[in-house]
Amino acid sequence: MNSIRLSDIGPAEIAAQRQRMPAVFGMTGRDRAIRWIVFGAAAAYLAYLHWLFDFGRVFSGLEKLWVITRLMLDWSAFSSWDHVELIQSMVETVAMAYLGSMLAVVLALPLGFLGAYNIVPQRVFRFLTRRLFDGMRGIDQLIWALVFVRAVGLGPIAGILAICIADTGVFAKLFAEAIETIDRKQLDGVTSTGANRLQALRFGVVPQILPVMISQVLYQIESNSREATILGLVGAGGIGLRLSERIQINAWDQVAYVIVLVLITVAVIDFVSRLLRMRLIGTASRRG
Amino acid sequence: MIPQDPTNDPAYRLFVQRFGSLRRARIAETWLTIAVLALLFLISAVATDFSPEQIARGIPRIGEYFGKLLSIEPKRGAPSVPVLAWDHLFGGVKEPQSVAYWFYRIDVYTKLLWQTVQMAIIATVMGFTAAFVLCFPATGTLLPLRPVVFLVRRVLEILRTIPQVVLAFIFVWPFGIGPLAGILAIGIHTTGALGKLFTELNENADLRAVEGIRSVGGSWLAQMRYGVMPQVLPGFLSYGLLRFEINVRSSTIIGFVGAGGIGSELKRVIGFNIYEEVSAICILILLVVVALDLTSERIRHRFIGNTV
Repeated sequence: MNSIRLSDIGPAEIAAQRQRMPAVFGMTGRDRAIRWIVFGAAAAYLAYLHWLFDFGRVFSGLEKLWVITRLMLDWSAFSSWDHVELIQSMVETVAMAYLGSMLAVVLALPLGFLGAYNIVPQRVFRFLTRRLFDGMRGIDQLIWALVFVRAVGLGPIAGILAICIADTGVFAKLFAEAIETIDRKQLDGVTSTGANRLQALRFGVVPQILPVMISQVLYQIESNSREATILGLVGAGGIGLRLSERIQINAWDQVAYVIVLVLITVAVIDFVSRLLRMRLIGTASRRG
Repeated sequence: MIPQDPTNDPAYRLFVQRFGSLRRARIAETWLTIAVLALLFLISAVATDFSPEQIARGIPRIGEYFGKLLSIEPKRGAPSVPVLAWDHLFGGVKEPQSVAYWFYRIDVYTKLLWQTVQMAIIATVMGFTAAFVLCFPATGTLLPLRPVVFLVRRVLEILRTIPQVVLAFIFVWPFGIGPLAGILAIGIHTTGALGKLFTELNENADLRAVEGIRSVGGSWLAQMRYGVMPQVLPGFLSYGLLRFEINVRSSTIIGFVGAGGIGSELKRVIGFNIYEEVSAICILILLVVVALDLTSERIRHRFIGNTV
């Protein structure tokens, strides 16, 4: 190895090395240019968005936002609010979520079996069922609610149907996936004892997928009761309807109260569902 | 030796007895669960007027509605969804049952969809930035100030628990009808949701790098910048992109409450029963959502690939 003394290094040597390995000497002109182009593009894009959405209105809106925040925090008229109606609507909301999810489970069970490749081994069929589930899932619950409000009129039925359709897609896909990942050996064992097809499903497949299904159903009920609170905004029943009435008449104190009610209900359901999940899945896995 | 009858064996009898009682207990438990579920179902049905008559009355109407939505019967001179046949599918705007007739307002839809996607992008960027700032003080392992950690965590929790559609509905009042209210609502929700995920990533970050930077006198900001960020940034970006996919879906519906995007148009055409436009918009939304999902998935795999 040839060594160089520090005093030997002159400008010429440095220039030569810079020529050879430009990246070692910090950013090259090209890097810098790319960086500026990226920054410039980002700035131009932000300017475009500013033009598109007029963010200046945020500042003029803040004053009004402050006004409604103050109104929201003033609960002096608490005793005059229609508590019975609100609590009833809250119960209705949770009931909608529960009914919708349960109906979806009933509908999704056979669909899940049909969509599982190891139960119905036709590729084309599987492709079609999967796309059907995707379609049901892909359209948002709120869109389904809007459509069902047109079809069956205002009220919780529209909400239940919206939850049911969207969830059937979710459950069918999850169930099909759970069924596809089962251990084949248990099914073979049950079949070898002379069980017919239905019995094989009952004792070979169901015990393996039940814990997964219970946990998914509970999770979905949980998230549905959160979703169900907004379905009423488009007229599909529940607390959302009351909320939208109160927003439209600018009763901000009651809006805040309804939101607090929703948050409490969601927290309670989360808690119960966590307890149930731990208990049910705990016992289910103990049973093997 | 005479083979003994196994049914006389006390061990066998005990087995039968135990097996029977276990079996009974389990069957009872199953029936009890079913009974509780059914009872809840009944209570829910009463609470929501979900009666068989209602269903019987509703189902024909649903059938009728979806029949119209997917109808091939002429309505206002044209079916709502074209019958796919070559002779008229590529006809002009005036030709009923052609794609041009079906999507005759494609210019309006394109503009609104573009706006919708821009809303999702800017809301994700805003939420990402805010969550990025808030996630470090929300991580107990990185900031040993318990009150601050507690406070920031509660704030993030509240931000993500309030439904964003409700937030948008409220924001329409101070910020006016239009995309701005929707952007702010989605941005706030994104802050809460991403803040939680980022905090979890921070908690799993290796603290040795942080200690190293502290040992050479680095400030808290320097510890976060050079000790934590290189570890967590790929995860942050991956979660951010995932959130972007969710936000695209949200921004398509946030217009239902007047907060901008294609949702307002969809609500209008559903409200006026313009069936062919309902199906056209739904198809376009699905196409855009799927296309963006696939793109974002590609990019996400790239980020994750770089870290491994």
